[in-house]
Amino acid sequence: MATKVFMEALSPTMEEGRLVKWNKPEGAAVKSGDVLAEVETDKAVMELVARGDGVLRKQMIAEGVTAPVGSVVGVIAGADEDISALLSAAPAAPAAAAAPVAAPAASPAAPAAPAGPIASSAAPAASGPVRSSPLARRLAKESGVNLAAVAGSGPGGRVIKRDVEAAAAGGASAISRPLSAISGADFTDEPLTQIRKTIAKRLAESIGPIPTFYLTAEFDMTRAVEMRAQAAALGDDFKVSVNDIVLKAVATALAAHPEVNAHWLGDKIRYFNRVHLGMAVATNDGLIVPVIFDADRKGLRDISMESRDLAKKARERKLTPDQYTGSTFSVSNLGMMQIDQFTAIINPPECGILAIGALEDTPVVVDGAIAVRKRMRVTMSCDHRVIDGAVGARFLQTLRRMLENPLMLVF
Amino acid sequence: MPIITYREALNQALREEMSRDDRVYLMGEEVGVYNGAYKVSKGLLEEFGENRVVDSPIAELGFAGIGVGSAMAGLRPVIEFMTWNFALLAIDQVVNSAAKMLYMSGGQFNVPIVFRGPNGAALQLGAQHSQAFESWLAHIPGIKVLSPGTPYDAKGLLKSAIRDDNPVVVLEGEMLYNTKGEVPDHEYLIPLGKADRKREGGDCSIITSGKMALVAMQVADQLAKEDIHVDVIDLLTIRPMDVEAIYESVRKTNRAVVLEEGWEICGIGAQVVDFIQRECFDDLDAPVIRVHQADVPMPYAKNLEKIAKPDAAKTIAAVKQVMYRS
Repeated sequence: MATKVFMEALSPTMEEGRLVKWNKPEGAAVKSGDVLAEVETDKAVMELVARGDGVLRKQMIAEGVTAPVGSVVGVIAGADEDISALLSAAPAAPAAAAAPVAAPAASPAAPAAPAGPIASSAAPAASGPVRSSPLARRLAKESGVNLAAVAGSGPGGRVIKRDVEAAAAGGASAISRPLSAISGADFTDEPLTQIRKTIAKRLAESIGPIPTFYLTAEFDMTRAVEMRAQAAALGDDFKVSVNDIVLKAVATALAAHPEVNAHWLGDKIRYFNRVHLGMAVATNDGLIVPVIFDADRKGLRDISMESRDLAKKARERKLTPDQYTGSTFSVSNLGMMQIDQFTAIINPPECGILAIGALEDTPVVVDGAIAVRKRMRVTMSCDHRVIDGAVGARFLQTLRRMLENPLMLVF
Repeated sequence: MPIITYREALNQALREEMSRDDRVYLMGEEVGVYNGAYKVSKGLLEEFGENRVVDSPIAELGFAGIGVGSAMAGLRPVIEFMTWNFALLAIDQVVNSAAKMLYMSGGQFNVPIVFRGPNGAALQLGAQHSQAFESWLAHIPGIKVLSPGTPYDAKGLLKSAIRDDNPVVVLEGEMLYNTKGEVPDHEYLIPLGKADRKREGGDCSIITSGKMALVAMQVADQLAKEDIHVDVIDLLTIRPMDVEAIYESVRKTNRAVVLEEGWEICGIGAQVVDFIQRECFDDLDAPVIRVHQADVPMPYAKNLEKIAKPDAAKTIAAVKQVMYRS
C-alpha cells in the first residue's frame, strides 16, 4: 500500500520547510525509519524519515524547494504499484528553488550559460493563493493587512484570526511597492531562509505589541576578572570565561527574583520557579537562542561546558528543538565585539533580556581617588506588562552585588 | 423549584392538557392498564377513563391512522409509539397522511396530532432498537419536530405541541426518562421553533439538541476549567429550526461544532453546517466540525457501542480542533 511522504512539523513552531537534500533517489528501496531527506526548518536542519516500507517512487518536490507542513513531498509504494492517482491528486512540484542567484558579472567562473538571458528559475516556491479562513480574510480587509505578508499559524499554514490580529497590532501589514529596476550586477539575491523569516516574524511581534523599557547599569567587574584569573591558575579544569560568570550570576539572581523570570501569556503571567537561561548565539544564518536548563542549580564549570557545547552546536546547526525552546529569560552578549552598550529585543513570551556590553578599563572614583577598574555595562529590556521599573532595578541590584562580589556565587 | 424526572414532566404535561381540553386523548401500546412502557402515562387511565386513554393492539400503522382520522374529525390525539424504531411501521400515516393533509385538502383539514415516544440509542438494545430518527422526520415539510433534553423543556414543549393545530413529532429519550431537573409549579409553555442557550461563552458554539444537549453542557463545564468558554445552543425544535440563534452565536464565536445523536450522512448536523456556511461564511475562522454516531448499525457489544456513540470526549476534541488548540 502506498505511503505519502509529508512535510512534517519537525520543530514546535515550524510552518514550512525547505527540502535541502534528498538522501534517497527515486527508485531506492526504503524501510520505515530510513532518512529520506534533510529539511531546513525555521531553526535547524532536521531529518525526514520514511513512515512506510517500499520504494521511493516519486520525489514530488525538488531540492531547495520550500513546502508547507502537511503537504505531500513524495510517495513510497510497491515497485509495481499504480500511484498515478496519488500523483495527479497532488499539486505539481514547483520548479527548483532559487539557489542564491549570483549576477552573471559577479561569477565569471560560471559555466557557459545557455544562450539568452538566464531564465530565472526562481518561481516562488509553493506559490499559490494564501490559505486563510474566511474570517481572517474579512478582518484583513477591514484592518488593511496584506494577507500575503502574514504567516499563518493554522493547519497547513492557514492564516487565521489570531494571525491577522497580531499582524494588525504589530503594524506588519506589508505595503508592497515594487523596487525600481536596478542593474542585476549590483546585488546578489538571497531567498529568505526559514530562520530569517522566523526572526522577522518573532521580532516584529516583539517590538510592536510589547511595551518595552530599558534599564542600564555599569558594574565593576574587577573582582570577577581577578577571580577568573585565579581560577584559571588552578588548571584547565577551572578555566571559565567572564561570560560564564555572568551567566551564572544572572541565573542565581533570577532564582532570587522570580518576578522577572516570567512569561507573558496574554491572559496571564507565568512566573517560573526554575531558571532556564537562554543564551543568544550568532550563527552565519542568524540568531538562535539555545537554553541552559536549570542554570541556577549548575556550577560554573557545568555552565561553561554547556554554553560552549550549545554555541558550537548552534553554529553547526545541530541543535534539536528541545535545546532551543523553553527558556524563561535570556542573555545576549556583544562584549566580545567591542560593543559598549546595546539594547536587546525581548524574545516573547519571555519578559526580559539582558544585553551585556564589553569589559573596559575605565577610570572611576574609588574611595575618593581615581582608580582604573574593569567596568561592564548591562542593559535590561523589560516587558512593562510584567516588570515595573523598580522590579527590574531590584533584580539588577542583586546582579550587581553578585558580580561585584563574585564570592557570593559560591553559596 | 420542585425537582422532578423527565418522565414525570411529560406526565404532568399530558395531565394538564387533558384536563384543559377534553378533545385531547392518548392512544398507544400499553399506555393504559400498564401505565405506559416507560410509565409516562402513569395514573392517566384512572383519572380520565378508557375513552381518553386507549390501549391499542400491536399495530402501529393502524392506530396512527386512527389518530390522524380522529384529528381530522376534530379530536386532538397524542399517539405514543413504544419507541420510534417501531414507528417505522406507521411512517406512511406520519409522512403521507398527517404531514400532507392540510396542503392536499387546500387548507380544509388540519391535523392537530402529536406523535411521541423514545428515540435514539439506550444501552445494548441492538441495531434495530438503537436509532435516532431526527433527520428522517425533519426532512418532511408539514410536520414539526421537537427534541427536548431536560424535564423543563420536555414539559413546556409537549404542552405547546398538544396545543398546536398541526402535526408535531416529539422525540424523547429512553435514557432521559429518569433524569431530573427543575420544573416550576406554575403553568408554562415553551414556544416551538425557538432555541435555548444552555451555556454562554465566546470561544466556540456547540449546536445540538435532545440528549446531546446534556453532553454539550457537560463539555462546556469541563472546558470552562481550561478557560475555554462554549456557547451551547440547544435547538429544542429541529424543524422549524431557529437559525437566527445559530447565526447570532456563530457570529460571536467564529467557530462551531455540531453535535447530534444520529448518523453523519444527511444528518441534522449537515443541515446546520449548510445554514452556517451560507449565512456566516465571513465569520468563520475554522471549518465547522460535526460530532455524530459512527456510520454503522449500532453495535450490540458494549465496548463497540460506546465507541460508536458521540460523547463528551469526542466533542471536546472537536472544540479544540476548531480552536486550533489540539
